[in-house]
Amino acid sequence: MPEEMKVGCARPMGGPVGEKQTEEQQKADGEMEQKTEREERTMVKVGRKAPDFVAPAYHKGKFVTVKLSEYFGKWIVLCFYPGDFTFV
Amino acid sequence: MSVDSVFVHKMWNDVELSKMVSGGIPFAMLSDAAGRVGSLYDVYDIDAGVETRGRFIIDPDGIIQGYEVLTPPVGRNVMESLRQIQAFQLVRESKGTEATPSGWKPGKPTLKPSPDLVGKVWEHWKTGMAFD
Repeated sequence: MPEEMKVGCARPMGGPVGEKQTEEQQKADGEMEQKTEREERTMVKVGRKAPDFVAPAYHKGKFVTVKLSEYFGKWIVLCFYPGDFTFV
Repeated sequence: MSVDSVFVHKMWNDVELSKMVSGGIPFAMLSDAAGRVGSLYDVYDIDAGVETRGRFIIDPDGIIQGYEVLTPPVGRNVMESLRQIQAFQLVRESKGTEATPSGWKPGKPTLKPSPDLVGKVWEHWKTGMAFD
């Protein structure tokens, strides 16, 4: 399901799906970006839809792009952690 | 998902995690540059520039059924996450007619909420069942 991506020196970026602004617009208007983030933050609640996103990933030897909504239909565990090689 | 690049994910898997999990990590290790997705899920610590230990259980309809967030030095309990998923799956299969009491685990009785159950939970669920 996840699409394999090209490997380059520029770091691939992910982010929310369905953003109204382009990245250039966001850079030009930092305040707007913060406002958008705050609005998005209120979306995470139990019983509510999980906000969709795309993210670059390493999966079984390949670099791929993962979209959360492609996994809808299955049970999903989404885990965040501070960093690779942290101890616990 | 962490703020590390996919290159660092590969190295962590190859150098260390594959020695702890046979065959390496079976699921996708997601990269979240600048914590954009972590901000969306409210688990990004903007001062430290890292994600906290957030874990979200999402059902087949894409609905968040539960989450847990820990600060960095304490690791999660995978068995507790599995227990919660099993409980949510059971409730879903029963189309909401059954509920799992506090301390429930697979194999233990569930409750069928109804007017008759009010004040009678003690007949169906003993506190000690959470601890056997």
